[in-house]
Amino acid sequence: MSASAEATVLISHEVGLHARPSVKFTKLAKTFSAEVEVALAANGPWFDAKSIVKVMAAKAPKGTMLHIRAKGDGAGEAVDALVELVRRDFDEGADHVRTA
Amino acid sequence: MSEPLRLTGISASAGYAEGPLFNLEPVAARYTGKATSADEKAALEAAIGVATGRLAGLMETADGEAAGILEFQVAMLEDDALTGPAFAAITAGQPADAAWRQSLDAEIAGYETSDQDYFRARAADMRDIRDQVLRALTEDGEAVAPAGAIFYGEDIAPTRFLETDWSCGGGIALKAGSAASHVAMLARSRGVPMVVGLGVAGLGASPAHLAGVALLDAEHGGIVLSPSKAEIDAFRRSSSSFTARRDRAQTYLGKPAVTKAGTAVRVQVNIADPSDVDGIDISTCDGVGLMRTEFLFGKTLPDEETQYRAYRKVLEWAREKPVTIRTVDAGGDKPVPGFTVEEGNPFLGLRGIRLSLARPEVFRVQIRALLRAAMHGNLKVMFPMIAVMDEYQRAAALFAEEQAGLSARGVACKMPPLGIMVEVPSVAIAPEAFSGVAFFSIGSNDLTQYVMAAARDNASVAHLNSVRHPAVLRLIASVAAFGQAKRIPVSLCGDAGGDPASIPVLIEAGLRDLSVVPAQLAMAKAAIADVSV
Repeated sequence: MSASAEATVLISHEVGLHARPSVKFTKLAKTFSAEVEVALAANGPWFDAKSIVKVMAAKAPKGTMLHIRAKGDGAGEAVDALVELVRRDFDEGADHVRTA
Repeated sequence: MSEPLRLTGISASAGYAEGPLFNLEPVAARYTGKATSADEKAALEAAIGVATGRLAGLMETADGEAAGILEFQVAMLEDDALTGPAFAAITAGQPADAAWRQSLDAEIAGYETSDQDYFRARAADMRDIRDQVLRALTEDGEAVAPAGAIFYGEDIAPTRFLETDWSCGGGIALKAGSAASHVAMLARSRGVPMVVGLGVAGLGASPAHLAGVALLDAEHGGIVLSPSKAEIDAFRRSSSSFTARRDRAQTYLGKPAVTKAGTAVRVQVNIADPSDVDGIDISTCDGVGLMRTEFLFGKTLPDEETQYRAYRKVLEWAREKPVTIRTVDAGGDKPVPGFTVEEGNPFLGLRGIRLSLARPEVFRVQIRALLRAAMHGNLKVMFPMIAVMDEYQRAAALFAEEQAGLSARGVACKMPPLGIMVEVPSVAIAPEAFSGVAFFSIGSNDLTQYVMAAARDNASVAHLNSVRHPAVLRLIASVAAFGQAKRIPVSLCGDAGGDPASIPVLIEAGLRDLSVVPAQLAMAKAAIADVSV
C-alpha cells in the first residue's frame, strides 16, 4: 500500500503561480520520487507538478486555492514541502520588490 | 539619397542612438529534411541541446530579472511535456522544423488566449523558445548585428536583447511591442534606448531607407531614416544634452525638488499598475499623484476584492505619503469590452465620470473597494472628465451611500478627500463652480487636446498639441491662482509635468506640485533645480 497525501494552500504571490515561482515549484517537486499533481479545484483537472509546461498551463492567479496531492514514496514530505514553498511566497518577497 | 522618413512611436526606454538599422524580421527558414524520422528526431534533439546551451551561457552573466527569464526558458526546454508532441509528430512523418513549429504554436496559442495580462505576455517568451530552437535547426550563417545597430522590426525576443553587447551603443525600434514587455523592462534597467509602436507606417520605408544610418530618439519616441545632414547635427546636440542631463539628474533623485530661487516643488509619480511601485524608492518622491485604474478593467470587470488588494498594495507602499487614485477613466481611446460604448466621437462622448455615472452598478464596486482601502494609508480619490459640478455631487453622493452601507455591515472603511481632474475646458475656464471639491489635478494631456482641438494620437496635428500654447498656459495659471485663493490644492499629472522643456513654464504659471512617470523623476527634479522662479 503506497503512501498518499493531499493539501490545499492559498496563492498569495502578486501575479499568481507565474514563471519564476513555477520554476521553483517544479524543481522542488522533482526532488521527490512520489508522483505529485496540482489542481485549481478539488475535483481536478489534475496537472503533473513536475512539468513546468503543465503547471504554467494551469494559469493560477493570485488568490487561488491550490490543491496539491502526492502518491508513493515520500508523498507526505512532498506535499508538506510544496505547501511550505507556496506559503513562503516562493521566497520571492524581498527579491520581487527590487525588480522594476 | 532618399528623402528622410520620420516615424513616431512611444518611448519605452529614454535615450538616443545613431547607427545602422538591423532588420529583426526572421529570414525564411532553410531547413534541409533528413532521410529518416530517426535522423529528424536526432536533429531536433541536437537543436534543443544547442538552444539550452546558449541559454545556460547567457545565464552565467545574467542577474535578477534576466536570470529569472532565462531560467524559465531552460526549464521549459527541459520539460518533456513541451518537446513530446513535436517528437510524436516526427514519428507521424513530419520533418523536425514543422513538427517543432506546430507543437510550439499550439502552446503559444494557449497563452495568447489567456484572460490574464501576465499569462498573455508570456506568449512572447514561448515564441522566443520556439525561435531559438528553429534557429539552431536551420543554422546557416545567422546574420549578426553590427556593433551599435538599431534593431528594427515587429518585436524583439528577450534572449536577443540579452545576447547583444550594448556597450557600444545601439537601440531598439519596434513597429509593435509594448512598454510593459520583459525587453522594455530590461532596456530601462540597462539604459538601452527603445521606442515601441512605430506602427505600420514603417511599411512605407524603402530598401534605401533601411540600408542607411538611422537616428533613434527614444526620449520623445521617434526614429528618422535617411536623415539629412542638418537632422544629424541637431540629433547629436539633443543626444549629448540628454546624456549630460541624465548624468546630472541622478544626483537630484534622492533630494527634495527646489528651484534656483529656493521654491519647493512637490514631485509625485504617475502609475498605471500596482507593480509599477516595485522599482521605486518611496523616499525619492512625494507620493502618487495619479494611480490609473484602467489596468483593472481588462477583459472583464474586476470584483471588489481584486480592486481593494491593488489599491491597498500601493497605499501600504507609500506609507504616510498621499496616493491619489483616479476612478476608472474608460472610454475615449481606452475601450473596455462590456463597459464602454461604441461612439462616433469617443473623446467627446461617454467616457470617464460620465460612463461611471451611467453605469452605477460598476462604479459602486470601485467605490466600495476605495472606501475599504482608505483604511491602509493616505488615500485621495479623483474623478476624471468632470465638466459640471453636478457630476461631482452625484459621484460624491454615491461615495456617501456606499460608506453608510459598509458601516452598517460593520466593514472598516473611511471617506477619502474627493477631488477632480481639470481636463475639460469648462472647469479650467470657470473653476469657481467647483470651490467645494477637495483638490484639483490638471490633466494636461486632455486639457491641451480639448483646448487646441488637436487629438494627441494624431501625428498630423501634433504641432498644434502643445501645453505651452498661451491659451493652455493661461488656463493652467488661472486654475492655480483660483486654488491658491480658495486654499484648494492644485497639482498637474499630465505628460507635461515630466517634460524638462515644459517644467519652467508650469512653475511660472504657479504650479508647485507635479506628478511624473517614474522614469522621469530624476530628470524632472533636475529641471526644477534650473528654474529661477
